[in-house]
Amino acid sequence: MDTATATDLKTFRAETRAWLEANYPESLRKPVKNQEKEVYWGGRNPYFHTPDTKLWFDRMYEKGWAVPHWPTEYGGGGLSKQEQKVLREEMARLGCRPPIFSFGISMLGPALLKFGNEHQKMKYLNEITAGKVWWCQGYSEPGAGSDLAGLQTSAEDMGDHYLVNGQKVWTSYADSADMIFCLVRTDPEAPKHSGISFLLIDMEAEGVSTRPIKLISGKSPFCETFFDNVKVPKENLVGKLNQGWTIAKFLLTHERSMIGGVGDARKEVPLSQIAIKEVGLDDGKLADPVLRLKVAQWMMDGMSFKLAVERILDEAKKGQQMGAKSSYFKYYATELNKDKHELMMELGGYDALKWGEEYEGGKLARDMCRTKANSIEGGTSEVQLNIISKRILGLPGK
Amino acid sequence: MALVLNEEQQMLKTSAKEFLAENAPVEALRKLRDSKDPKGYDPALWSQMTELGFAGIAIPEEYGGMGFGYTGLGQVLEETGRTLTASPLISSVLLSATLINLAGNEHQKAALLPAIADGNLLVSVANEESNAHKPLAAETRFRKSSKGYSITGTKKFVLEGGTANKFIVSAKKNSKSGLTLFVVDAGAKGVKIDQTPMMDSRNIVTVTFKSVKAAATDILGGEGKGAAPLEKALDIARIGLSAEMLGSMMEAYDRTIAYLKERQQFGVPIGVFQGLQHRAADMYCEIENCKSLVIKSLQAIDSDSKGLAVYASMTKAKISQELKRVTNEAIQMYGGIGMTDDEEIGFFMKRARVAQRTFGDSNYHLDRFATLNGF
Ligand SMILES: Cc1cc2nc3c(=O)[nH]c(=O)nc-3n(C[C@H](O)[C@H](O)[C@H](O)COP(=O)(O)OP(=O)(O)OC[C@H]3O[C@@H](n4cnc5c(N)ncnc54)[C@H](O)[C@@H]3O)c2cc1C
Ligand SMILES: Cc1cc2nc3c(=O)[nH]c(=O)nc-3n(C[C@H](O)[C@H](O)[C@H](O)COP(=O)(O)OP(=O)(O)OC[C@H]3O[C@@H](n4cnc5c(N)ncnc54)[C@H](O)[C@@H]3O)c2cc1C
Repeated sequence: MDTATATDLKTFRAETRAWLEANYPESLRKPVKNQEKEVYWGGRNPYFHTPDTKLWFDRMYEKGWAVPHWPTEYGGGGLSKQEQKVLREEMARLGCRPPIFSFGISMLGPALLKFGNEHQKMKYLNEITAGKVWWCQGYSEPGAGSDLAGLQTSAEDMGDHYLVNGQKVWTSYADSADMIFCLVRTDPEAPKHSGISFLLIDMEAEGVSTRPIKLISGKSPFCETFFDNVKVPKENLVGKLNQGWTIAKFLLTHERSMIGGVGDARKEVPLSQIAIKEVGLDDGKLADPVLRLKVAQWMMDGMSFKLAVERILDEAKKGQQMGAKSSYFKYYATELNKDKHELMMELGGYDALKWGEEYEGGKLARDMCRTKANSIEGGTSEVQLNIISKRILGLPGK
Repeated sequence: MALVLNEEQQMLKTSAKEFLAENAPVEALRKLRDSKDPKGYDPALWSQMTELGFAGIAIPEEYGGMGFGYTGLGQVLEETGRTLTASPLISSVLLSATLINLAGNEHQKAALLPAIADGNLLVSVANEESNAHKPLAAETRFRKSSKGYSITGTKKFVLEGGTANKFIVSAKKNSKSGLTLFVVDAGAKGVKIDQTPMMDSRNIVTVTFKSVKAAATDILGGEGKGAAPLEKALDIARIGLSAEMLGSMMEAYDRTIAYLKERQQFGVPIGVFQGLQHRAADMYCEIENCKSLVIKSLQAIDSDSKGLAVYASMTKAKISQELKRVTNEAIQMYGGIGMTDDEEIGFFMKRARVAQRTFGDSNYHLDRFATLNGF
């Protein structure tokens, strides 16, 4: 699929550009103010910020471009890697918003494509591409964070169904989601990694409840999720019984690459522009000489990381194993993002400290608070460094 | 362009690696240092290297080179960084030949470049004067008369200056005029060389020019027109030197990781301690970044990118920072052994400090990066 000739790609680019120009709604061609509210999340009770948000999603779905990289039989676009890249670039060029944002696409989908049976793929992937179901991720528990394999939520085999009991925590958007993909313990006797299974649970099922938790940014996008004698059909097991850890790790790799910004073609305003706007120039140089060097250093680190992602993807195309490099992407990208927000606070001076209404006066400060989670969610920075030490450097364990 | 080597470049890298590992290990640098040889490199090794074509890699074919480009030369430089091989590659090939190719006329190129590619002619750029990198601030002056030119001034930090056959010396007519580049014989009347050993045991000298005669035909690039080609040649040299530094960084790092697996304390290899693991893993990430900067910047030279100066400053700044850190951490993680002259790891730190400073250190390039980006 990746053998398309240069002319084919050129044609594809021209067509894509023309199609996007014609179909990307005029009213969306302005910066997003509130990402969380303005983007479409999908779901059984869909919420569209404006009619054009719906129009945009519908057009993209029909074209197969809601999820351009999935096979067409699952509602995807069946695009080759090169075509996906062209589409990403053309969308970035026009400043297109993603038609939908969903953990179904970024996390569950890749796992189902690899480990799901044909029935599961047909049903769930088609629902995801059509934006019909909102998925959330049920991994972490109060006693199982970094030590994820220590999870205790149990699923007992009752013959014709599983009976699930236990508690998840930090479940992002559990109070809005329709379904949850969960790690559950199916063999309490086995060593901890070998008694885990991967189960799909309906959030409307009897016995499932959620309680929102408020973040330091003032928002509450995540929850505690409780399972009290929840009956789950046996066909909701993904992969083999007690082999859920393999799926869990596979999915985490995807999650980490995503958080690491792999494949992200969005154009950002360079930090130097923000700096000039906030601090001003003095004889061609940023008026604050200390901030000037900090901004320069951040930009250098950021550019070199972007190039590293590009190089490692190029090497992967030539057949080199990515291995545990997703841990490097996740670690470095999140630390960079935290540094960037701290720098923007420094550049913003007193005004940056305002704690106004969300996404109005208090945006900078609230966003900065939110970035603190970057190096926690999806596996902490320390955990990523442990993985690099062991799996890439081959340093001995205890 | 994909950020990977093509087959030719990969082959060049492999052959350089094999050749240097066998013929110029770090042990060779130690011998050179202990023999107090003022040349600072081994002519026999240099002639082997030039036989393999190393000196001509980036020189165009019509001037006796291989026309392989800087990405190719960068691979050889990276490997010389791994073995800390001292040779005239940086001074004569990377900087001087590049400058001649950029600024010279047909006649000058035909006369000088094939001889550099052969390894028989060694040329050094004599440009720096103050105690830190200020590439365009020459105080050296020339006078022009009916008999020709006469150059007077003192140049510091001239790489491989003790063994150069010719210098490219920068001078101005007066404080307001542009930079002029002269090619001058090292043996010319009025040229005096003072050599003080540097911490990396290489041959870096101060050259005094006292009324040294030159002809109009010795000028590279025209009177007062030397600054632009010099800056560009320096950018290319910054990137090439960064490739060498990357090689040293990776070698010092690999040796340190191997040591963490081997050295036992408290009944376990010290590599089990998380206090060391996390520092090692963080350095891994920065080395991945540095590798990408170097290949991107080498390709930027070969594609004649408009962004060359930005790439050069970004790469030289970041590589200098990270090489400093990796060589310091190497010694720290080796413990007491790392402090000894018997152990080779200290050689990497000493070479690193000189390379960090050469063609502008991280502070210089951080500042320049900001300026080039309009802030
Ligand atoms: C905003 C946000 C959204 C999230 N969304 C989801 C979600 O949708 N679904 C979900 O399942 N989970 C979610 N999480 C949970 C997240 O995956 C966990 O918080 C994370 O794995 C860390 O677990 P913990 O919070 O229990 O911290 P702990 O594991 O208790 O860690 C505490 C500290 O100890 C350090 N530490 C722990 N073990 C080691 C070690 N071996 N070596 C060195 N240091 C160590 C950690 O790095 C950390 O600094 C979310 C978290 C956040 C903050
Ligand atoms: C200049 C000099 C003078 C000295 N003078 C004397 C003297 O007069 N008398 C004397 O008795 N000794 C002397 N020493 C020895 C000195 O005390 C030891 O070098 C030092 O204790 C470290 O031991 P080591 O060299 O075996 O390193 P190692 O113990 O092998 O350490 C290697 C690396 O591993 C790290 N490491 C080791 N264990 C751990 C751990 N548990 N957790 C995290 N990291 C760890 C170390 O921090 C170091 O970075 C001297 C050393 C030097 C360099």
